Amino acid sequence: MPLLKDGKIVNDSWLYLDDSIALPKVGAIVVSLARWQRDRAALMARTDSVGVRLTADQSPEQIKEDLTELALVAIEFPAFTNGRGYSYARLLHRYGFTGEIRAVGNVLRDQYGNMKRCGFNALEVKSGETEAHWQATVSNFSAPYQVAADGAEPIMSLRQQRMAATGG
Amino acid sequence: MYRYDEFDRNFVNERVTEFRGQVARRLSGEMSEEEFRPLRLMNGLYLQLHAYMLRVAIPYGTFSSVQMRKLAHIARTYDRGYGHFTTRQNIQFNWPKLDQVPDLLAELADVEMHAIQTSGNCIRNVTADPYAGAVADEVDDSRIWAEIVRQWSTLHPEFTYLGRKFKIAVSASDFDRAVIRFHDIGLILKKNDAGETGFQVWVGGGLGRTPMIGKVFNEFVPQQDLLSYLEAVLRVYNMYGRRDNKYKARIKILVHETGIDELKAKVEAEWREIRDSALKVPDDEVARIRSYFAPPPFEQLDAIDRSFETKKFENPEFARWVTGNVVAHREPGYRIVNISLKPEGLPPGDITADQMEDLADLAETYSFDEIRATHEQNLVFAHVKQSELFELWQELAEIGLAMPNIGKVSDMIACPGLDYCALANARAIPLAQRISKRYADLDQQFDLGELKLKISGCINACGHHHVGHIGLLGVDRRGEEYYQITLGGSGAEDAAIGSIIGPAFSSETVVDALESVISLFVELRLDKERFLDTYRRVGAAPFKSRLYPEKLDAAA
Repeated sequence: MPLLKDGKIVNDSWLYLDDSIALPKVGAIVVSLARWQRDRAALMARTDSVGVRLTADQSPEQIKEDLTELALVAIEFPAFTNGRGYSYARLLHRYGFTGEIRAVGNVLRDQYGNMKRCGFNALEVKSGETEAHWQATVSNFSAPYQVAADGAEPIMSLRQQRMAATGG
Repeated sequence: MYRYDEFDRNFVNERVTEFRGQVARRLSGEMSEEEFRPLRLMNGLYLQLHAYMLRVAIPYGTFSSVQMRKLAHIARTYDRGYGHFTTRQNIQFNWPKLDQVPDLLAELADVEMHAIQTSGNCIRNVTADPYAGAVADEVDDSRIWAEIVRQWSTLHPEFTYLGRKFKIAVSASDFDRAVIRFHDIGLILKKNDAGETGFQVWVGGGLGRTPMIGKVFNEFVPQQDLLSYLEAVLRVYNMYGRRDNKYKARIKILVHETGIDELKAKVEAEWREIRDSALKVPDDEVARIRSYFAPPPFEQLDAIDRSFETKKFENPEFARWVTGNVVAHREPGYRIVNISLKPEGLPPGDITADQMEDLADLAETYSFDEIRATHEQNLVFAHVKQSELFELWQELAEIGLAMPNIGKVSDMIACPGLDYCALANARAIPLAQRISKRYADLDQQFDLGELKLKISGCINACGHHHVGHIGLLGVDRRGEEYYQITLGGSGAEDAAIGSIIGPAFSSETVVDALESVISLFVELRLDKERFLDTYRRVGAAPFKSRLYPEKLDAAA
């Protein structure tokens, strides 16, 4: 499945590995949380990167201590209306995770903006969807009201800066 | 009142542009209704029985004459010449066309209004005490904090796809005029012993199918930490709230199923992580917002105005309106005026475009250009000179808005019911109309005293029937409209959930049943006791035997 990563459509270089399939020798793989917990030693012994895929019921608190070993965390959206993943991405960001945070499953284009703000930097897209499609639905808000994971200055800080600049 | 700066103005304009694009993609078929649904809902657009309905936000219920005139214009241009004030201090229009909604929103943006988060599974438009800034019993003006919450919650990227809707209300008084205890989060401003301002935080209240009174999660969250505490509660709710059943998805169920102590511990742990972050509200920003809510230029007046006393003496109707609808103001010589939107025989909360314009003029003349909407579907002029009450009353009477029934039996909350709503089991508005005709005698209403009657057309409880002193709930019985009666609820500081008194009554018999309940109250009350106090004193039994005498016979 193609990916939208940092705003560009790219091919996915990662392989999702079903729990029943043996570990390949080479190649970047993404495994379930259960597999990670079961085969942790074997997975870390490989040279190539490993990622973990969390379901909507699996909080990243469960991999908080493992994040330095992981290059990717995929967060599942079973329905586009299930917004747990937004908080999961915020937590990963707060834990200092610098790898890829990927949204997988049922995601709408209109949610892209919020996802980026929460710390996602990649998401699965439907085949045939172009960058232009996605860009067209990114909302053009000049400034948000909240602090989030994307580093955008919230309106409250912009007001403070303006007050400081104009001497009140 | 709050005015947009360029940041707010840009934001709301950009939101209109965004929604215009979403509507265009829906109209062209590029987006399915399933995909469009959550997007339109979080911008206040419902699909009702007959048409779209747009709910316009009036943050914490405060708005200006200019905004009221714009609402009148919208009622005429996009609707059928009227609007409907809701229990969330909002106004809704029942007949807009989808392709016109972006233009409608652009017109609202011109007067610093929007429909953001008036629906959907997100943080809803924040509500507050409608007497804020006018009443003597408040610790601070709750609107300052409601505005801070409004900004923080507006298009919050993390909390836009919650398990269910999330409602926040702010009050600053021991008297609860904002149904604080029945909100997902209710905030009550307090001062601690050191004289600092903070919030008592109630979590997990709500009505609907499973009514619950909120629980105090924190006795004192310092004011600068308000947003980090809210964010902690919301994050815990978003991660752990149920998603398997929409009727079990509100935070009240999470509180109930997890247990207060455990959930509180989770919130506190999350709060510790984020408390000292950019979520701290800077004093400068509080001061900036506070400046918009500075008291208007009150005149120095005597506490007693002789002409006012004379007018009351000469005109008993005026005197009755003053007794019924006018309450004390903290400034000498000023009063808070409630304007009832419950005239006899008309749908509760409805207002015509002409009335809106007339009220806009009156607010300019008599109340510093400011209007409040209340959760009881009425309006408030918060700062009226005592000496001008008589003129205001005369002018209100001319436009049919001088009904002196605030807090009386005919001042009912009623949801739109089966006349409009796709969820309803029964009609609520026609029942309210029949009751208001049955109790048209004002002498009788005044004799009964405060009696909060609330009607919901279905179990979702938009008409707040659980917290009515008397509640009526529409149920469907084999295709017939029936109504269940609940007694003893209260949405105020003496919060309580009403109890179902017995089997439901048919539409034909329910008004008689209500009258039986009220007559029994008159027989049983002591002195000037309110209905609620009599009920609490005597319990449900006498009401049961009055309503269901055949059961007694069977038992005998």
